[in-house]
Amino acid sequence: MADPDHGRANSTPVGATDIFDVAVIGGGVVGCAVLRELSRYRLRLVLLEREADLAEGVTKANSGVIHAGFNVPPGSLKARTNVAGLRFVYGLAAALSVPHRKTGKLVIALTDDERPSLEELKAQGDRSGTPDLAIVGESEIRAIEPLARGRWALYSPHTGIISPYEFTIALAESARRNGACVLLETAVTGVEFGGGLFWLQTPRGVVTARRVVNSAGLFADEVASTAGITDYRIFPYRGEYLITDKDPGVTLRLPIYPVPPKNDPGLGIHITPTMEGNILLGPSAEPVEDKQDRASTREVMDRLKDEAARLVPELRRAPFIHSYAGLRPKLVDPRGRALFKDFVIEESAVRPGWVNMAGIESPGLTAAPALAEMVVDILGAGLDFELKPDFDEELPPSTRFAALGDSDRAARVARDADWGEMVCRCEHVTRAEVVAALRNPLGARTMDAVKRRTRCGMGRCQGGFCTPRIVEIMQDEGLALDRITKRGGGSRLFFGRLKDGPE
Amino acid sequence: MSETWDVVVIGGGPAGLAAALGARRAGASRILVLERDRKLGGILNQCIHDGFGLFLYNESISGPEYAERLSEDVLKEGISCETGAMVLDLSGGLVLRVNERSGYRLVKAGAVVLAMGCRERTREMIEIPGTRPAGIFTAGSAQNLVNLQNIRIGRRAAILGSGDIGLIMARRLRFEGIEVAGVFEIMPWTSGLERNVRQCLMDFGIPLELSTTVVEIRGRDRVEAVVVARVDEGLKPVAGTERVVPCDTLLLSVGLIPENELSKRAGVGLSPLTGGAVVDETLMTSVPGVFSCGNVLHIHDVADFASHEGFAAGASAARYAAGERAAGERCRVTPGAEIRYAVPQIVRAGAANLELNFRVARPQKSCTVLVRGAASGKTYLKKKYSRLLPSELQKVLVRQAVEEDLEIVCHG
Repeated sequence: MADPDHGRANSTPVGATDIFDVAVIGGGVVGCAVLRELSRYRLRLVLLEREADLAEGVTKANSGVIHAGFNVPPGSLKARTNVAGLRFVYGLAAALSVPHRKTGKLVIALTDDERPSLEELKAQGDRSGTPDLAIVGESEIRAIEPLARGRWALYSPHTGIISPYEFTIALAESARRNGACVLLETAVTGVEFGGGLFWLQTPRGVVTARRVVNSAGLFADEVASTAGITDYRIFPYRGEYLITDKDPGVTLRLPIYPVPPKNDPGLGIHITPTMEGNILLGPSAEPVEDKQDRASTREVMDRLKDEAARLVPELRRAPFIHSYAGLRPKLVDPRGRALFKDFVIEESAVRPGWVNMAGIESPGLTAAPALAEMVVDILGAGLDFELKPDFDEELPPSTRFAALGDSDRAARVARDADWGEMVCRCEHVTRAEVVAALRNPLGARTMDAVKRRTRCGMGRCQGGFCTPRIVEIMQDEGLALDRITKRGGGSRLFFGRLKDGPE
Repeated sequence: MSETWDVVVIGGGPAGLAAALGARRAGASRILVLERDRKLGGILNQCIHDGFGLFLYNESISGPEYAERLSEDVLKEGISCETGAMVLDLSGGLVLRVNERSGYRLVKAGAVVLAMGCRERTREMIEIPGTRPAGIFTAGSAQNLVNLQNIRIGRRAAILGSGDIGLIMARRLRFEGIEVAGVFEIMPWTSGLERNVRQCLMDFGIPLELSTTVVEIRGRDRVEAVVVARVDEGLKPVAGTERVVPCDTLLLSVGLIPENELSKRAGVGLSPLTGGAVVDETLMTSVPGVFSCGNVLHIHDVADFASHEGFAAGASAARYAAGERAAGERCRVTPGAEIRYAVPQIVRAGAANLELNFRVARPQKSCTVLVRGAASGKTYLKKKYSRLLPSELQKVLVRQAVEEDLEIVCHG
């Protein structure tokens, strides 16, 4: 297998003698999709991510919906890449063993007055090539989703769900399997030019690349400006979510959306099942000043419940186990009049060889594979990118103890006792899975990295049981106590030992 | 299935170990205790403070000492105990799926005692707005990290909730040189024991603010502050009373929940009042052959009471495994005025010497507790108290044979 960087620890400083053909800045779903698409070719690739894990920015907090393309204006890049992405995102997810499901989706009109909005959406989708949209009535709504209430609905059978961070991690792991290098905690702080190369300044040293893809999400404008490109300004819009316990007796089959509210920068507060059986409520859409402001507010938490209950009254009695907030990287200025701005994918006129991807918000998750192809076309124009004959399309599935039957469980424990040590009581995660997560090929070793890879801490006790156990395993795996963080940077969990002496 | 036991006890804490002993004393021979932690004793091992054993051993000892004494008794009896063994599933046919390093297997039981204890309520269950930085711990997790792993979890902590573990941890942090900015309790009274308020807070000058809660968590990477506010009688924050409390750590001691995930999977009926199983006077749940005791049945204030209940549940399980079946019409015990809950919730007609556990809904002074026939109004028990607190579990003994549905009430 092509894996020239195999064994390179992610803490190794990068030397200026390494010249990469392409450096991708930003390890969200878009950057990782680009990296993975590029890894089909004989190219030296590196991805630079400022956080301690992938998917830590825009990607980690969205609804995880595979969109069918009817929410955006026909002819726009958003519509084209969404519909194109829809065609192969399911196959890609399957090849990478990322759990996903084609669920369909309902957009619900509560009154006859709202029906024209559904017609508009349908017409929009029909023009963009969204397949098989239909307007349905009350009895069909009930048949499609017994919990939903509504007068009319737009039914989109090809919409689906996927875990955005699992998808992103899988894209990066696939790229790495095919030879790409991924560097975490590597923010680009400056750019110099010389010898036809981009010299990217990072805390690890200078990374040198012939071409650069800026997929830095919320920070795409700042990264572009380090290269002297001042064409963009990204505005962060916060979206708050609530998530239910898996065991509320409320099981949702498919995403339920309201008619998109007018003059709202989002799609409206919707209800989305996760692959694991939780239900997401949200997101809100409020412009905020700070690109890191992921605080939840009392007011929005209450509003999410109220609005969700209009569509699914059963949610009134659902217990919530977590709240969180994400940020959208919008090009739409909250003080301006425009409500819509398209994705920007372009090679800089002032810096040839530097491609910017700006304003990649919804439906960026679905569009990511199509956007990645676009970027490869731009980068490869005039050059002959040579396909690798041994490119590996697939990633093996990771084994979850909880999903195994009795005989498989017994066999695994007999082979490796770590499968017999339960670390998470809620999601039934074993030590073997935690150790595998800590040894992940990308080198992410934070509490949240373990959580995203194993589901430890995602259950109803929210880490009360597993945290002390994971802390022990992290130390067994060679992580010093004071380097244990929630998500890297200053998010340290501890301040050393209480008492000196033998342990 | 080859492996069969008379009684399998799930959980080797104060309730489970006592249940094993109770089963032995009632004649069961093949008894298995399954404890998911590395040591018998469960959470007792991280409770290094004293105050355990006052009822069972007539002296005040630490949690680990209490665990050791009880485990020694269990091991002396030749009872099989497995540690690091987690039960993942229990079916109504009394088959358990057990995972441990030595193997994954199915085990069949003649009777099962549920003694899984409880878990802690989280930040999310009480929906505190704000950011999600590092430095937020439930009091029990913090107790594990501090007492068992020797870890400095912060430098200055705020504690939300006045549950016993929170109170104990306030003192513990102080001992370890970690500043405690204050303990904040949303209710107008503390939820922990009075002796803990005195010995853990007052003796160390740690401020306690009642009718106060955390309304926001601040800090991006690590907790930087919490915002606290007074609450009104409806427990809603009062605008204008907000105050920023700088701290790098927030401990939550906001309630315990019986850990009944397994029970639910087995089809055990739960009470919305206790969060634990609905049981009869033998502590049998709605699933025949499955018994419940300790914190998984209802939250106890002291380990000794959990053990006391364990002995009884174990004995009942042994009798069930031996083929004994309780007979008689099922009468209900219903909590009435000023009573939050009563356990057991079911009594067989004809049962005498019924031990009834209850808690009051709010603090009471010079009051009378009555157990009476719901239909007849007949008084089965009348007891006067100078004071009753919601934090203190009470027990009464109804000597007369029960003939009808009962109601328990408290009058001022």
